Amino acid sequence: MSHSTLLVFEVTILVLAIFLGIEVISKVPAMLHTPLMSGTNAIHGVVIVGAMLVLGSGHKGPFTWIVGFVAVVLASANVVGGFVVTDRMLEMFKKRDPKRKD
Amino acid sequence: MGYNASNLLYLITIVTFILALRFLSSPAHARRGNQIGAIGMLLAIVVTWIKTGGTSWWALVIGMAIGGGFGAVAARRVKMTAMPQMVALFNGVGGGAAALISLAELHRILPDPGRPKVDIGVAIVLSGLIGAISFAGSMVAFAKLQELIGGRPITYVGQQFVNGALFIAIAVAGVALVAGVQDEWLLWVLTAGAALFGVLFVLPIGGADMPVVISLLNAFTGLAVALGGFELESNVLIVSGMLVGASGTLLTLMMGRAMNRSITNVLFGAFGQVSASAAAVAAGDGGTVRSATAEDIAVMLAYAHKVVFVPGYGLAVAQAQHDVRQLADLLEEKGVEVSYAIHPVAGRMPGHMNVLLAEANVPYPQLKEMDEANPEFSRTDVAVVVGANDVVNPDARNNHGSPIYGMPILNVDDAQTVVVLKRSMNPGFAGIENPLFYNPKTVMLFGDAKESIVKLAQDVKSL
Repeated sequence: MSHSTLLVFEVTILVLAIFLGIEVISKVPAMLHTPLMSGTNAIHGVVIVGAMLVLGSGHKGPFTWIVGFVAVVLASANVVGGFVVTDRMLEMFKKRDPKRKD
Repeated sequence: MGYNASNLLYLITIVTFILALRFLSSPAHARRGNQIGAIGMLLAIVVTWIKTGGTSWWALVIGMAIGGGFGAVAARRVKMTAMPQMVALFNGVGGGAAALISLAELHRILPDPGRPKVDIGVAIVLSGLIGAISFAGSMVAFAKLQELIGGRPITYVGQQFVNGALFIAIAVAGVALVAGVQDEWLLWVLTAGAALFGVLFVLPIGGADMPVVISLLNAFTGLAVALGGFELESNVLIVSGMLVGASGTLLTLMMGRAMNRSITNVLFGAFGQVSASAAAVAAGDGGTVRSATAEDIAVMLAYAHKVVFVPGYGLAVAQAQHDVRQLADLLEEKGVEVSYAIHPVAGRMPGHMNVLLAEANVPYPQLKEMDEANPEFSRTDVAVVVGANDVVNPDARNNHGSPIYGMPILNVDDAQTVVVLKRSMNPGFAGIENPLFYNPKTVMLFGDAKESIVKLAQDVKSL
C-alpha cells in the first residue's frame, strides 16, 4: 500500500471512530458518567501497544530504549489502574440483595 | 506474526472496546462490559508481544511489572471518595506515554535520508504537544483534588496573556518542526513548553470544576493516542484513541451543560473566586436561620409519607453513605417512601453520588435523576439535604447576579420541609451564599453529616 493510500484509509477510520464514539456515549445514563470517564480512561491505555513497539525497537540505541521503557511503565499503570478503578466503581451498582451484610 | 493477522486480532480488541462502552448503557451489565474491554486489552498486549519478536522481552516484563503493579496497588487501595483524582492520575500517565512515543518516533525517523513526511510530522508534533498538556494538566488536577495544593483558582495579573504567548510560541515551534527545521531538540522544547502550558492552564481552574477538566484531558489523551496511531501505522491506536477523544469531548460538553456554563467559562472563568457583588446580594436579605435537634427531625421523618435524600459532596467527605442507607431502611420499615435525588454535578464527578450510594448497597431504582426528581418535590414531606449546597441553591433560579444563575437545580424548596445537614454556615465549594438556609421552610441540623445521620437513625429507631 502506498503511503498516501494508507493515509486516506487511516483518516477514514479516524472519522468513523469519531461518529461511533459520539453514538455509543449518547446512550449512557448520567448516573454512569463517572464510570464512563474511568472506562474510556482505561481504553486509551491501549497506548501500551505503541509503547511496546517502541521498546521492542530499543536495540537501535539507548535513547529509544530508555524512552520506550518509561513509556511502557506509564502505559501499564494507565491500563491496570484504569480497568481496576472502573471495575471497583461498577462492582457497586447492583440491585438490592437482602441477604448481603454490610 | 504477519501484518494482516495482527491487524485482524487488533480488530477484535477494537470490538471489545466498543462493547465495553455499549454495555455502559445500563448498570445491570456495565461491569461485564468493562471486563470484556480488559480481555480485549490483554489480547492487544499479547499480539504486540509476539510482534516485537522477543526483543528486550525482559525490559517489557520489568516495565509492565512496575507500571502495572503501581496501577493495581493504587487503584485497589484508594477510597471511593478519592476516585476522581485516581482517574486524573491514570489519565496523565497515558498522555505522558503518548508524548514519549512521539519523541522516540522522531528520533527513529530523523536519520533517514529526507525528512519525515508532512502527515507523520504533524502527527508527531500534535501527539507530543497534546500528550504533554494532558500529562502535566492531569498531575495538577490530581494535586488539587488530593489537596496537595489549594483547590482555589490560582490567578495573577496578565495570566491570560502569559498563557496565550506560551501557546503561540509552542505553535510556532510546531510549525517550524513540520516545515523543515528537523532538529530533535526542537521537539523536546515543544514538549516541555506544552507541559508547562498544561500546568498554567489548569492552575487557575477551581477545584469544583476539576471533573470537567479531567474529562477534557481524558479526551486529549485519547486524541494523542489516536495521533500516535498515525506515527506507528496502528489501526487499534487510531480507532480506540479517537473513540475516547470523541466520547470524552461529548461528555465534557454534557457536564458543562448540566451546570449551564460554557466550556470556555469553565476553563477561563477562574470560577470559584468569591464574587464580591453576588455575595453581597445574598447576604443582604440575610434573615434568620432555624436549627433543630436530631430528635425533632427524627419525629418529622418517621411520620412523613415521602422523604427524599439529596446527597452532595459533604456526604462523600463524611463517608456517610452507609449510614444514610441504614436511616432510609429504618424509615422504609415504618412505611415511609424513600428516594434519592441526584443532581448531575453533585459531588466532584458526574455520577459521583450514584457510585457512593451504590457502594452502600442502595438499589439503583431508588436513585432519581434531576428531571425525574424535581416534579416529585411538591409531593414530598421532607427533603433531607446531606452535604449538598450549590445544587440546591435557589439563587440559580432567581438571582441574576449569582455566578450560578441559570444552572438547573433540585427544587427542594418545593417540599413541605427542608432539612439541611451541614457542618457550619460556611459557603460551599464554589464560595456562594445560599438563601435556602434562610427559607422559613428550612431547618438546619449542624454537625458532621455522618454523626448527624447516625443520631437521626438512633432516634428514629427509639420512636
